[in-house]
Amino acid sequence: MASQELLINYLPILVFMAIACVVSVAMILGSLLLGKQNPDSEKNSAYECGFDAFQDARNKFDVRFYLVCLLFIIFDLEIAFLFPWAISLGEIGVFGFWSMIVFLTILTVGFIYEWKKGALDWE
Amino acid sequence: MMELWETYGIWTAFTLLYIVLIVGGVLLSVAYLTYAERKVLGGMQRRQGPMTVGPFGLLQPIADGLKLFSKETIIPSQANKPVFLMAPMLLFALSLVAWAVIPFDKGWVLANINVGVLYLFAISSMGVYGVIMAGWASNSRYAFLGALRSASQMVSYEVSMGLIIVCVLLCVGTLNLTEIVTTPRPVWMQILLFPMFIVFLVSILAETNRAPFDLPEGESEITGGFMVEYSAMTFALFFLGEYANMILMSAITTTLFLGGWLPPFSMWLPAGITDVLALVPGLVWFALKTAAVLFVFLWARATLPRYRYDQLMRLGWKIFLPLTLFWVVLVAGTLLTFDALP
Repeated sequence: MASQELLINYLPILVFMAIACVVSVAMILGSLLLGKQNPDSEKNSAYECGFDAFQDARNKFDVRFYLVCLLFIIFDLEIAFLFPWAISLGEIGVFGFWSMIVFLTILTVGFIYEWKKGALDWE
Repeated sequence: MMELWETYGIWTAFTLLYIVLIVGGVLLSVAYLTYAERKVLGGMQRRQGPMTVGPFGLLQPIADGLKLFSKETIIPSQANKPVFLMAPMLLFALSLVAWAVIPFDKGWVLANINVGVLYLFAISSMGVYGVIMAGWASNSRYAFLGALRSASQMVSYEVSMGLIIVCVLLCVGTLNLTEIVTTPRPVWMQILLFPMFIVFLVSILAETNRAPFDLPEGESEITGGFMVEYSAMTFALFFLGEYANMILMSAITTTLFLGGWLPPFSMWLPAGITDVLALVPGLVWFALKTAAVLFVFLWARATLPRYRYDQLMRLGWKIFLPLTLFWVVLVAGTLLTFDALP
C-alpha cells in the first residue's frame, strides 16, 4: 500500500507532462496551419553571411567542448552521490563524514591534475 | 457511479484545474516578464519602453505573441525536420513540467513528492538536450556553434548549482521542497549559506543563458546561437521556454534560500510587525520574492557587459567549483561539530 501511495504522488506529474506536450504541439501546429506558409528555396537555405553555405555544418568541432562534457559527467555523478549523503549525514555521523572526505580528496586530486594539464583553459 | 466519481473524479478534476492554473499562470508571467524586462531596461536607460499598444503598452506582450503565431514557420531544407520541430517543444514542455513540485503556498503544490529537489535537478538537466537537438538539427554553423557553447555552459554551471543545493540539503535534511521551506534555520545557518546564495544567483544567470553570460545568443558574433534558424511559433516556444526557465530558477532560489511563501525577515523583526506580515497570503510573498530575484536578472542585463567565453569557463570551473566544493565540506563540518544536523 505504501509503495502504491508513493506512486500516486507521481501521477499528477505524468498528467502534467501529457498536458505540457499537448500544449506545445498545439502551439506549433496551430501556427503552421494558421500562419501563411510561403516556402522558397533561398529562404529555406541555411543562414550564412550573405552567401550559400559551402558544406554541411556537421563537421569537426573543438575537442574542448567534449572535454567539458566528460568533466561534467564526473562531477555530476559526484553530486548524485552527495545528495543521499547530505540527507543522512545526521545518522551516519562522523564516520560518514570522513568517508565522504576521502572520496572528495580522491576527486580533488584528479581535479588538480586536470587543472595542471590545462584541461580547464580556454585561450 | 457516484462512489467512483467521489474517489477518482474529484481528484482528476482538481488536478486538471491545478495544472491549467499553473500553465496559465506561467504563460501570463512570461508574457509580463518580457514587458517588465523592456520597461526596466527602458527605465535604466532613461527611455519609456513600450507605450503604444494599450495603456502604458500593457498589451504589448499579447500583440507580440499574436504576431509570432501568425508568422511563417521556416524549416531549413537541409534540416532534420522531426528533430528540428521537437527541440522547441521539448524545451518548452520541460520548462512547464518542472513547476509540478514547486510549493506556491502552504500545501499548494501539485505533486508533493519526497524527492522534489532531485526531480527539479533532473528536469532542468534535460534542457541541454533541447539545445543540442536544435543546434544539430538546424544544420547551420551558427546554430551548431551556439548549441555547443550553450550546452557546455549549462553543464558547467550545473555542477556548482548541484553543490550549492547539497549545502542547503545539509542544513535542512530533506529533499521535499515544502519541508525545505518550513524547516527553521537559525541565524548562523543563514549567514553560513549566504555566500552560496550569491554564487547561486550568478549560476542561475549562466544556467539560463542570460546576460552577462548570454554567449550562446551572442548576436554580435553568432547571430542568435542555436535559435538562428527558428521562426514563428518554433522560435516563440524557445523564447517562452527561456523566460519560463528564468522564472522557474527564481522560484527555486526563493524556495531554497528565501523561505518560499513565508513572510520575510521573521527572525529579525519585532513580533508586532511579523504578525501583520503574516496576514498577507503566502502566494503573494512567494510571487514578490520571485519577482525580486527576477529583477536581479534584468538589473544584471542592463548593467554588465558580456563575458568572454574563456572568462565564463574559468569562473565556472576554476572559481565556483572549488569554492562550492569547499563550502560543502565547511557546512558539513560545521553542522557535525556543533551537532546541528537535522
